[in-house]
Amino acid sequence: MEIFSYLLAALHPWHLGLALAGTTAGVVIGALPGLSATMAVAILVPFTFAMDPAAGLIALGAIYTGAIYGGAYSAILLNTPGTPSAIATTFDGYPMAKRGDGNLAVSLATLASVTGGVIGALFLLTLAPPLASFALVFGPVEYFWLAMFGLTLISALAEKNLLKCLIGACLGLLLSMVGSAVVGGDIRFTFNTQTLLGGIDIVAALIGIYCIPVLIELVAKAGGHLKVTTESTGYRLREAWGQFNRSRINLLRSSTIGTIVGMLPGAGGSIASLVAYSEARRTAAQPEDFGKGEPNGILATESANNATVGGGFIPTLVLGIPGTPPDAVILGALMVQGVRTGPTLFTDQAPIVYTFIFGLLIASILMLPIGLIMGRYAYRAIIRLPKEMLAPGIALLTVTGSFAIHNNLHDVQVMLGLGVMSWLLNRYGFSPSPIVLGLILGQIAEQGFVQAWLIGSATSNLWGMYFGRPLSLVIVGLAILSLFYPLLMAKLRSRRKRRLTHA
Amino acid sequence: MFKHARSLLMGLTAAAALSFSPLAAQAFPDKPIQYIIPFGPGGESDIAARFQEPLFRKLTGQDLVIQYRPGAGGATAWSQLNSMPADGHTIVGSNFPHIFIQPMEKDVGYKTEDVDNVYIFHYTPDALIVPADSPYQTLQDLIDAAKERPGALTFSGSGTYSANHIAAIKFDQLAGIKTTYVPFGGTGPSNSALLGKQVTGSWGYTTVAGQLGDQVRMLAVATDERHPQFPDVPTFKELGFDMVGGAYRGIAVPKSTPVEIKRQLSDLIGQINKDPEMVQKMVEGGFVMVDIGLDEMPEFMAQKAAEYTAIATEMGIVKQ
Repeated sequence: MEIFSYLLAALHPWHLGLALAGTTAGVVIGALPGLSATMAVAILVPFTFAMDPAAGLIALGAIYTGAIYGGAYSAILLNTPGTPSAIATTFDGYPMAKRGDGNLAVSLATLASVTGGVIGALFLLTLAPPLASFALVFGPVEYFWLAMFGLTLISALAEKNLLKCLIGACLGLLLSMVGSAVVGGDIRFTFNTQTLLGGIDIVAALIGIYCIPVLIELVAKAGGHLKVTTESTGYRLREAWGQFNRSRINLLRSSTIGTIVGMLPGAGGSIASLVAYSEARRTAAQPEDFGKGEPNGILATESANNATVGGGFIPTLVLGIPGTPPDAVILGALMVQGVRTGPTLFTDQAPIVYTFIFGLLIASILMLPIGLIMGRYAYRAIIRLPKEMLAPGIALLTVTGSFAIHNNLHDVQVMLGLGVMSWLLNRYGFSPSPIVLGLILGQIAEQGFVQAWLIGSATSNLWGMYFGRPLSLVIVGLAILSLFYPLLMAKLRSRRKRRLTHA
Repeated sequence: MFKHARSLLMGLTAAAALSFSPLAAQAFPDKPIQYIIPFGPGGESDIAARFQEPLFRKLTGQDLVIQYRPGAGGATAWSQLNSMPADGHTIVGSNFPHIFIQPMEKDVGYKTEDVDNVYIFHYTPDALIVPADSPYQTLQDLIDAAKERPGALTFSGSGTYSANHIAAIKFDQLAGIKTTYVPFGGTGPSNSALLGKQVTGSWGYTTVAGQLGDQVRMLAVATDERHPQFPDVPTFKELGFDMVGGAYRGIAVPKSTPVEIKRQLSDLIGQINKDPEMVQKMVEGGFVMVDIGLDEMPEFMAQKAAEYTAIATEMGIVKQ
């Protein structure tokens, strides 16, 4: 059993120490809005050159895992996703925090992230080669339909005002077109400014759209940022554990969704957690609780986004194609180390690869103690800090965070502009999430559509391109289901009710 | 020592550097050099910088502090280049064809002449890549198929008006064929379209083929002679197509940097570019090393300008 020798190698004190330090650093970086997982990994890269490849990889994988998890803190406590993967965590996380359950939400996020991370790593360990070939079946059309599917989730998210949600999504789609187009290179909606030439950065938009309204409200209204329940400021681990046990199926499903979406280069953690969220909502007994602080929402999104870490490494290690942006940095680091990446990695460099996968697994498990302890401090800091320190502190974070994306003031301007816009729209009942969904999915949908069009017309098979591929049809079916599901359920329920009254 | 330690990272590496820098008695560089990469981490420009960093430190005793300033395909950094300090301690990565094509295309806030290159150190040669089980065994097979069905063969590549796009247009021109170029949002998505057989083939670089290994086959590479890492792959040249080049990378400084400093920088990079261990690793990765220093630069720039202007006119970027 060679595999156990790799496990033992990963458990070497030096490797364990690296995993611990990497995860801790990652959680801190991920929790700060604007400092993304990619950046966390890039900062660490030079230090890994002094290590052997396996140790370097473990440190990089750990900081990456930690950063994805850390994004949940600011999502829950500040309504600002620290990383794009945590967007959907704000849906239920922030309402929970507002009503005084912030510590419970953080504990739930921790348990879910550990589960997602472990399941993603297990998939990577056991099923990487067959899963990688599945990822390749996804062509431009499938990405287009996947984005369409994502957009239909808006109808599921809109409990109250569908029309306003759709208007918000259209606004998001418009924003996604700003800048020079990937396909075709056309310059759109830049108003001849350099600021908008590169398009609207998603992280800058996230910070502005979510955080600025919270900040303005914080200053404008009397009373604390979060409601504080006096009875407990501890971990509330027992409560979280009970919820965790009741939601085992949700966790398993969300982690699987996370792994599969994560291994599609060009989809990413934000889509993974959104799909997991809507599935959790669709199958829930009381779907109307979602968006109002439903623990299952957090469990779904946080397990899904941490599962994308393992998922993203599947194409990276098997095919030599980075599944996510941080994976690209890690591939580059491997190359400088002189490790040949690509399909032969699993066979030629088995010790490095398996030691790394076990390292990832260990880092995910270490997240449990690290996350609980750090989450507690983060929660206490947010509720104990007086408002006159909290507000400027968050304001400073939004500016430095958006500056840090590209070391550029352009993104700060975009962040502030969108933030004020979002606050105004909020006052008229437009929620931020459809706008952000439109912005993220618009780019994916547009590229997929135009690429499919180019390929379809070159091979004179335009209709077959969009509607003739089995996988596409499956995704189209899911989209239709998700679009009409609320209507369908309402009809079924009313029919059942009628039958009961008639009987 | 702490005077230089602008960040923890730098402080730590500076400590390591100072402990073994006996030869660094020159006036330049007398402090760490900021090396600005116009792209995000993980790309070829980043990898090259990572290779150069330790060698630079060994040679000068000073640090090369790598920073990323991505945006608008590199234009953000290049448009800021001439407002950076012109004392040689700030250098910016320079990329061809980007700095030629972008200003032709639109107002990107800089002109090609604004990017003052002091050294071009390598290029990643264009390569025509097909999946390993593609029916096209040779370049001629592919040309025959393209002649039979004009426009029906599709090739993925990274970006519009990029090096990949230019290679596709140029080859169509040279071979007298018509194919369809499908731009993707980066090398990763372009490669997955290739491996997933969403497209006939892909315009990429030898470095890409190196990463993908035996899942793919290169039909030809745009080098002068066969690449040592891929001795079985013919060059476009030997097959009768005058195609040599790809994406070039080098270093630029603000225009007003003193000539002596430019020369010292050029010489330094030249020395680094000859380090046998680095050269070996880079060649194994699929790069081709070139040495275009300060003296050769004007001629090289003029040659490339003519080449890219011709191709940009063909693509319809330059309005006649």
